[in-house]
Amino acid sequence: MDFATAIATTVAAVLTLCIFSFLYKDNPFYKFTEHLVVGVSAGYWVSILYVNVAIPNIWQKLLAGKWWYLIPAFLGVLMWTRIVKRWAWISRYPLAFYLGIATGVAIPLEMQTKVLEQIFGTVQSFVALHNSQTDFWAGINTVVVVIGIITSLVYFFFSKEHKGATGGIAKVGIWTLMIGFGASFGYTVMARISLLIERVQFLIDDWLLKLFS
Amino acid sequence: MKRQFPLIIIFSCGLFMVVQYFVPHEKSEFFYEFIALDWPPIIGVFALMLGVISLTRVSITRIRRKTEAWRYSIVTLIGLFVMSAFGVIGHHYPPLSTAFDWSFNNIMIPISATMFSLLAFFIASAAYRAFRARSVLASILLVAAIIVMMRFFPLGPLTSVVGKTSDWILNVPNLAAKRAILIGVGLGIVSTAMKVVLGIERSYLGKD
Amino acid sequence: MTEQNSRKNIFERMFAIDRRWVYGFLMLAVVLSVIAKPVIPIPISKEARSIYDYMNSLSDGDYIHLAMDYDPSTLAELHPMTRAVLKQCFEKKIKVIITALHQNGPGMAAEAIDTACQRHFELTGYRPESGKDWVFLGYKPYPILIILGMGQNYRIPFPNDYYNVPLDSLPMMKGIRNYQNIKAVINISGTSATDWWITYGNGRYQVPLAIGVTGVMATDYYPYLQTGQIFGILGGLQGAAEYETLVGTPGKAVEGMSVQVVAHSIIIIFIIVGNIGYFATRKKNRVGL
Repeated sequence: MDFATAIATTVAAVLTLCIFSFLYKDNPFYKFTEHLVVGVSAGYWVSILYVNVAIPNIWQKLLAGKWWYLIPAFLGVLMWTRIVKRWAWISRYPLAFYLGIATGVAIPLEMQTKVLEQIFGTVQSFVALHNSQTDFWAGINTVVVVIGIITSLVYFFFSKEHKGATGGIAKVGIWTLMIGFGASFGYTVMARISLLIERVQFLIDDWLLKLFS
Repeated sequence: MKRQFPLIIIFSCGLFMVVQYFVPHEKSEFFYEFIALDWPPIIGVFALMLGVISLTRVSITRIRRKTEAWRYSIVTLIGLFVMSAFGVIGHHYPPLSTAFDWSFNNIMIPISATMFSLLAFFIASAAYRAFRARSVLASILLVAAIIVMMRFFPLGPLTSVVGKTSDWILNVPNLAAKRAILIGVGLGIVSTAMKVVLGIERSYLGKD
Repeated sequence: MTEQNSRKNIFERMFAIDRRWVYGFLMLAVVLSVIAKPVIPIPISKEARSIYDYMNSLSDGDYIHLAMDYDPSTLAELHPMTRAVLKQCFEKKIKVIITALHQNGPGMAAEAIDTACQRHFELTGYRPESGKDWVFLGYKPYPILIILGMGQNYRIPFPNDYYNVPLDSLPMMKGIRNYQNIKAVINISGTSATDWWITYGNGRYQVPLAIGVTGVMATDYYPYLQTGQIFGILGGLQGAAEYETLVGTPGKAVEGMSVQVVAHSIIIIFIIVGNIGYFATRKKNRVGL
């Protein structure tokens, strides 16, 4: 490991240890690194917006004679009126423009992908079962999936009190949901541990072992 | 002017995007490509910078008023301005861009990654304290979680049994549960979007 | 009587171990297993294999879009996936268009590309070139509109690449207009960007889509797999390890999976200990009542 890399890796390792020190209790080292990363992240953001967006999408287009790009730039500047309370209402114009586009585009596509395709997928697997295109166990699973979806949806239907038959169906629904949440929890544990493993791998393999080898 | 005009803009833009999806006419494609998709990221640069301006204002106020732990706000401001300078000036003067990359790789990456790695300890502690088989429902959750957690364990002859059970959990009951949630989320998004476009939901306009 | 008291005390202790002991055990287990580096076999799921097989079925010169929508906080799980996918692309001579639609992601994406190019050079003596074998487009705000914009024409949101070179001057981008010219999008993400790719990329433009996501997110996307809206899932570090194994370069993810076994075992033991303590003390309380 050359000197420059050793310095760089040591800085990274020390900052890592500063954050880990929070596990014992909150302390000045943790607070320092916490505030440092907030500032550095914001600074990184400024740079990326300037280099990756402001220059190619605004400045260079204006230089190429596309004057109409002044309009979105002006709308963007209007967003800054939020800083002055008296003028804050002006920022509603660019906000309304963006919100209108984002919500308008969402209506058909969210309906299609999250609702219709899901219903279609459920029905399609049932149709395949009806046409005997699936084997026995796949057929059983299809039935379980369909029952699971319907009962879970009934559980989320609060317009009718969960009593009697509705209550029974909702109970099966909550069982299904609990299995789903259990699976999510299992994966979440893996995700969180992965982050720790990577940090320990860095401290041991990339810092300590390389520094002293 | 203050409220009605933004509502008209939202309604017009929203309606246009819905119609454009179903009727992608040549002329509507022009507005779609060159205004609807091209302009918002430009507006976004200024909107997102607002966050940075806000952070700077809050930090300066804390330093001025010498509130609790105000000294750390100096660290935030130094980080913000030094990193911005490295990036912005570095674009025109390349030697500084090395410092920008260095700061990203050796300050930002380790701190961000480690901060989130703390969650490993918290989830372990939470699992020990809260994961109790108190009821049938809690037991179902517990068993499903443990099977999924063990799905890659080398357990000899049991490996494939655990693996298959875990696959079944993911592809059958988990799929059913998540699809039910997804349908609910989808309907929620669509109804909220419609309320925004139709001017029923106005909280984003704020007061006044 | 004394023996009974001491037994009760053990159960009570099992019920109330200080959190710092839990932290300490977990840290010790992870450190020791990172040092020992045990090896475990990595079983390959059909969700991961389907991505590998799809990529393997592509020909020289085909295009894919690699969307790296994550930041340093999820680097541990997602960076190994990115490196493995890039390795496969470079080996198969698949041309890669890369974007990073998370504001803190472009620097990491650039580093991952550089590392993958360097490794390919060490293996084959050829270093994949920007503009010829891969293009890195970088970041733009409002991912939904960027995904839609690229579906019309890559040049709408990205007139230049990340290194400020005009897209039209890059040999690789000649004749490449939008998703119709690429074979698939591989979205590696630790954010809602995955939902947006499904809804706006696949939903509007029907581009074949596969995802690599964090463990926290993985289970949420199985419904999309069944409907065919996505053709594969790499879930968390396990997914990364599976892909590393499939492309034949076991790396940090494969190493990490053996550590996972130890760490998960510790957590499961703590759950069992907590439950034994809970039931024993509950029984005692009932008797007391």
